[in-house]
Amino acid sequence: MRWQPARLVARRAETPTAQTLVLDVPGWSAHLPGQHVDLRLTAPDGYQAARSYSLAAPADGDRIEVTVQRVPDGEVSPFLTDTYREGDPVEVRGPIGGWFVWRPQQTDPVLLVAGGSGVVPLMAMIRARRAAGSRVPFRLIYSVRTPADVFYAAELRDRVRADAGLDVAYVYTREAPEGWRGEPHRLGLADVNNHGWPPELDPLVYVCGPTGFVETVSDLLVGLGHPARRVRTERFGPTG
Amino acid sequence: MGIVTPGFSGRPRVEAPELPPGQYLTPDFPVLSAGPTPRVERDAWEFVITTETGAEHRWSWAQMMALPQETPTVDIHCVTRWSKLGTSWQGVSLDTLLDEVETAADYALAHSYGGYSTNLPLDDLRDGRAWLVHTYDGEELPAEHGGPARLLVPHLYFWKSAKWVRGIRLSLDDTPGFWETAGYHDYGDPWREQRYQGD
Amino acid sequence: MTELPYLDGNMLDGPLGELFAVDLSTATGRCAHCGTPSPVAGLRVYSPAPGLVARCPTCVEVVMRLVRGPDRAWLDLRGATFLQFPMPPTSAGTGA
Repeated sequence: MRWQPARLVARRAETPTAQTLVLDVPGWSAHLPGQHVDLRLTAPDGYQAARSYSLAAPADGDRIEVTVQRVPDGEVSPFLTDTYREGDPVEVRGPIGGWFVWRPQQTDPVLLVAGGSGVVPLMAMIRARRAAGSRVPFRLIYSVRTPADVFYAAELRDRVRADAGLDVAYVYTREAPEGWRGEPHRLGLADVNNHGWPPELDPLVYVCGPTGFVETVSDLLVGLGHPARRVRTERFGPTG
Repeated sequence: MGIVTPGFSGRPRVEAPELPPGQYLTPDFPVLSAGPTPRVERDAWEFVITTETGAEHRWSWAQMMALPQETPTVDIHCVTRWSKLGTSWQGVSLDTLLDEVETAADYALAHSYGGYSTNLPLDDLRDGRAWLVHTYDGEELPAEHGGPARLLVPHLYFWKSAKWVRGIRLSLDDTPGFWETAGYHDYGDPWREQRYQGD
Repeated sequence: MTELPYLDGNMLDGPLGELFAVDLSTATGRCAHCGTPSPVAGLRVYSPAPGLVARCPTCVEVVMRLVRGPDRAWLDLRGATFLQFPMPPTSAGTGA
């Protein structure tokens, strides 16, 4: 797998601290939702920094999308969100990963569980489901700090209305929107029970988020009777 | 070299005469880890030097703390290219520990709680160049930096300064350790940039 | 103080993809220490470190290590008794 040159063609703000970058990668080979790319920056003195980012959208010719959460004091993410300009080059390597992927020909019900920016590869699956006209039942449980931290908020609202068989439930950990039933809390057994699929339906589960979140959620799911081999996880560590 | 992205400089990198080739200065103390952090209680901790004849010399935490203490201030250089200048430590010189040990060995293999190991020539642990340290910057050495106690061998790349060290095996032959069996240099002199085997 | 996080074996695909043409993320490896088979994607990868250290999710012993130098790479698989890859069916029989 080689590093390929890419250019920024557009950016969209998702939250005050997160942006989707649309990159043009000439000769990009098609990818599957759930896969990620490595992105590499080189300074004039040869210094390099590389980070992994989940692809946020299904394959679309030479265009790929990643959503970058700005990590305060980070080395790469503040550059990408604040300084990186349209038309400027970066290098990408990918697509990467053949495990944490959803293929539109799959027929099992799907449960997606996102912690914070872990929603990115799961959104790629939701978008691919729509693009393929799939009617596979999808449920997303999205744990997020506050309503202002929700990625793709407007699109998720639209999708729930327009895409039959897609449900989205939110868990707010710090601050809930007005009129919300219940208190902000960390995702727990009741949330997985109320908004997930029962193990009898044998759903395929994708969990993505920080290591601690993924650990907690997979323990809950296995405790509820989901076989460990049906729970696919993607943890991310503290990179910036 | 890859394609330069305009405006990207990365973390500030300062040239300094104290820096070995290929290193950059960091004000942080990055935590590197090849596995789960071992948790070792001080009253269960021990340090063992085993000679080539199988003779064992053991120190409990209290016995180690009762030995003469030194407070080296040294520069440290990690093979992942960060260097940190003027770090201050407290611990026992390896000279003090080795004084009690009769050996004809040429090599040392430091081994740690949690399974890590690293090899060094025994001479590099002598002459005031290596310590068993338990205090960093005036505080108890935190577990993520190798506490209760780690080796400090600052004239070599920092992977030689084994975290969570529990003993040293002395022998007539060189036995490569954890990173040395996976491509890293047997000696690891930062000034000669001995990062990988054959460098 | 928090335990250092580890990542999933998924992240090995990029670095190992430099070495191999096959997709390692769908391979299964058997831990040489405890004998538990596990998808490579399910290994626990500890990083940052001078190299990548992939450990068995069951016993936490080292299954795989990868060190990448500027012009060389070292892959140590002594912690795996095998790696099993899904392959397209061959049209020929099993021989003999």
